[in-house]
Amino acid sequence: MLGRTASNLFWMARYIERAENVARLTEVGHRLSLTPDVGSGYREDWYSTLAAAGCPDQFGSGRMPPTAAAVQKYLLFDRTNPSSVSACLEAARHNGRSVRTALTREVWEALNSTWIEFSNFQPDDFGPGKLSELLDWVRQRSILFRGAVQGTLLRNEGYHFIETGTFVERSDNTARILDVKYNVLLPTTGTAGDERGMHQWETILRSASAHRSYRHVYKARYRPANVLDFLILRPEMPRSLRFCQDRIEWSMAALAAATGGGAASQSLARETGLILRQSKIDSICRVGLHEYLTEYLSRTAAFADALAGDFHFN
Amino acid sequence: MRIAITHISEYRYDGPAGSAVQALRLTPAPVKGQRLVSWTIDAPGIDSACSYTDGFGNLVHLVSPPADSTVVRIAASGVVETTDTGGVSGLTEEAVVAGAFLRTSPMTEADEAIAAMAEAARRDDRLATLHVLMDAVSEQVVYEPGSTHAQTTAAAAFEAKRGVCQDHAHVFIAACRFLRIPARYVTGYLLLEDGAEAPAHHAWAEAYVDDLGWVGFDAANALCPTDRYVRLGAGLDAASAAPIRGIRRMNGEESLTVDVDVQAMAQSQSQSQSGGSQSQQ
Amino acid sequence: MLKTQVYTSDGQSPFFDEMLRPDGTPRPAYAEILKWLGGQSRASFKAKQEEADAIFRRLGITFAVYGAAEANERVIPFDLIPRIISAAEWRFLERGIEQRVRALNAFLYDIYHRQEIVRAGRIPSAMVNENAAFLPEMMGFDPPGNVYAHIIGVDLVRTGENGFFVLEDNLRTPSGVSYMLENREAMMHLFPELFAAHRVAPVERYPELLRQTLESMAPRECDGEPTIAVLTPGVFNSAYFEHAFLADQMGVELVQGSDLIIEDGALYMRTTRGKERLHVLYRRLDDAFLDPLNFRPDSLLGVPGLFDLYRAGKVTIVNAPGTGIADDKAVYAYVPEIVSFYTGEKPILDNVQTFRCSIDDERGHVLDKLDELVVKEVHGSGGYGMLIGPHATKKELSDFAEKIRANPANYIAQPTLSLSTCPAFCPEGVAPRHVDLRPFVLVGDRVRVTPGGLTRVAMKKGSLVVNSSQGGGTKDTWVLED
Repeated sequence: MLGRTASNLFWMARYIERAENVARLTEVGHRLSLTPDVGSGYREDWYSTLAAAGCPDQFGSGRMPPTAAAVQKYLLFDRTNPSSVSACLEAARHNGRSVRTALTREVWEALNSTWIEFSNFQPDDFGPGKLSELLDWVRQRSILFRGAVQGTLLRNEGYHFIETGTFVERSDNTARILDVKYNVLLPTTGTAGDERGMHQWETILRSASAHRSYRHVYKARYRPANVLDFLILRPEMPRSLRFCQDRIEWSMAALAAATGGGAASQSLARETGLILRQSKIDSICRVGLHEYLTEYLSRTAAFADALAGDFHFN
Repeated sequence: MRIAITHISEYRYDGPAGSAVQALRLTPAPVKGQRLVSWTIDAPGIDSACSYTDGFGNLVHLVSPPADSTVVRIAASGVVETTDTGGVSGLTEEAVVAGAFLRTSPMTEADEAIAAMAEAARRDDRLATLHVLMDAVSEQVVYEPGSTHAQTTAAAAFEAKRGVCQDHAHVFIAACRFLRIPARYVTGYLLLEDGAEAPAHHAWAEAYVDDLGWVGFDAANALCPTDRYVRLGAGLDAASAAPIRGIRRMNGEESLTVDVDVQAMAQSQSQSQSGGSQSQQ
Repeated sequence: MLKTQVYTSDGQSPFFDEMLRPDGTPRPAYAEILKWLGGQSRASFKAKQEEADAIFRRLGITFAVYGAAEANERVIPFDLIPRIISAAEWRFLERGIEQRVRALNAFLYDIYHRQEIVRAGRIPSAMVNENAAFLPEMMGFDPPGNVYAHIIGVDLVRTGENGFFVLEDNLRTPSGVSYMLENREAMMHLFPELFAAHRVAPVERYPELLRQTLESMAPRECDGEPTIAVLTPGVFNSAYFEHAFLADQMGVELVQGSDLIIEDGALYMRTTRGKERLHVLYRRLDDAFLDPLNFRPDSLLGVPGLFDLYRAGKVTIVNAPGTGIADDKAVYAYVPEIVSFYTGEKPILDNVQTFRCSIDDERGHVLDKLDELVVKEVHGSGGYGMLIGPHATKKELSDFAEKIRANPANYIAQPTLSLSTCPAFCPEGVAPRHVDLRPFVLVGDRVRVTPGGLTRVAMKKGSLVVNSSQGGGTKDTWVLED
């Protein structure tokens, strides 16, 4: 397989996953803006949404008024924002188009029709009443893409580059959501019955579509240590760092077997996996959640660079 | 006459060269009046280079220096035996028919001024025309190093009335093609008279004359090549005949120094005394 | 029931109709189709048409419209009614095409070697040697098998029962073969009953034959199985779909210039396993962009040094650089001469009558009859710099006459052609529309003409312009077997 093809597949998957994550974050931000009594109002919450989505903050500098409508438009439709849903869907399709022959018809159609439909949407048609519908649609399309990948692609090299892209992006996103809110997740700030804290924790879980499954796993009220455990260490939680890392390791092993390459990236992935498997929540909090997540994020970035080098992405 | 030549080009990059290729047209062609006694090219990657004879009769080596090179040194050297043919290099082996050398290229397009000079040089006899033309170019374009650059067109040099050997050759070629005389650009070396001030790395033109074949005209020196000339390669213009043409993918600064040494070899006795001449090489 | 009301012959049409004779009876090859048309309702046709459009859109068979946003990629209209060529007609066309492409390859070999045809005075030296499409860099080179143009599309028009003419030879990077293949797939899916009632020569072996042709052109030094790739300018090229399609169908990589590197005198593609040697490159990139070291230095699409490797016999470029000289519009007028020079035979297929403005008598005729002729620039393409006499104003005619006088060698002229018509499904029902035909030819160890080809149809009533950029559509093209 061409190095460029591998790169296109990896980034195609990352962009689709990113579009889904940004949609989910927008959804959470939208809910918060409709909820009264949340601290200093929507300014602060949109700030964390933008930070978690990894978007350049056009609002802090005062270039745009941070109204809900403006921020939503920026997150969804603004082509100048490289992480907007629109930009991600276009980039995903562009990458897919470049490697059309490495995709099945189903995967290509999922990408292509998503992009065509999205580009026909008019931003002004999605006021508060219609926004959820749109965000749901984006998540559905991403799920359609994943389903097409899982159901129709040969388990060859290309599949594993797609998997790796998906889980690198997803774990990166989960780590960033946690990092943006790390202050409210420190166990010392979370005392029982803290209504405001409860609300924040639920928000975090929602950002990872984990608020329902949390209850099944912990059968308890939200507690910061459980929230962290769930999103960082639980191997059965499909957006946890641990889950993502397991999948990355699995795909890296398959890529190494298929190509005989990938030594640098595979050993980085193994190291990160080992750290996660040996971590305990109380020790993470002792060392510092922010420090732990920062290290994880920089490891993920280093891994992506090593992957590009190992497999001749350019 | 035996002439020993050393031609060294050294490229220095401010970082690793990156992925690069260089096409070397650095082997004297087997034309009338010259014979290769010995010739070698030394360059990074030369052992695995691919080579072929191009449409203009030039032996080409395509080399790709290692991507981590910061200095690429290309050295061509050897001994050529020459005889004076009055500038005639003859009907050589190259494949391109003379008619193709009526094609113009951006560097050899005749403007009105060049056309007027060409018209004024027109005589009944082609050879006579060419001599008049050579003298006209020589008189009207003053040799002035640094007045032009590698991309200067014939028309621009002729308008400025100054240039170097490349410009003399381009103006001459443009005028020839305007007169429907096939003409081509040649590169080579010149054994300078003692004390002469000129680069030994030289260029001139050849024009096609029925029955004789290609005849050299060095408008820079207003004479037809003698046995002091060694002819390297030919092409439509300076770009097409360039001894080294290269591209690399990496951006960055690079510098080039060229060092050409051309020496006459004592030979009259040594030819009958075997071993004597070898010791000189 | 729609057909009989709309699609009849009144015997008055000045155009040859592919289906009906002037007396209204069907030609034998169309007898079944006419019956079938009679049994279709407008509603069922419309439903099939929608189904076909959905198939093409889903496959991503689109072409980009230059200057338009990516959302405006269009599906070329597909017409449901096949264009049919009888076995006898096809045998004639096949012989004519084979003769022509053999002669054109012989011409290319000759002009890049001794130029016997120029020496013999059959074509002017300047027409070859000073032609922009002639590459002196190719002189003296023997490509594998001495083949220059391996993949050719010959544009034919029909004006009568036996009146087939070659309008253009495409020897550079002809496109459209993916439509030929997909049109057949769509038709077999939509109307299996029609295939049961006809013996239609299959086209689906084309990708396999293309691959065989490319393999047979491997450099002499390649002793194992050659590695092949399709070189595309990239996703923004209007024919990108076809490049991807062909690579996929052949099971080879689709590469861009940036995927390729030259090291140690060989061409490699960069793969996830490191570099892999390439032997044959089916390029869908024009000569000028192939190699910035040898051709246009500003090209970012090609590979520096690729042409040197080609000449050194390390890689084969298909079609060979410099084939454009053989489909140059000025050279076109000499093709009948070329055919007889190299084959010693009379051309089987005629050229469209062409007047060369460089020749005094012919120019005189052109200037006299300017309002009846189509005048083309010899190096122009895509309809630029063209004059359509019958549609031009007095001022346009006189302006163009000036241009011709100023630079006669730059123009050729042809009569306006009476393209044949074929039934097409149109908003008003089934109606005659003008068509042309582009059969696809592969030249390797032998010449193979895929039966049929691409029929392009002008979907606008009365229009003679079949180009997809001007609203033209395509049809499945059937060659019936005896």
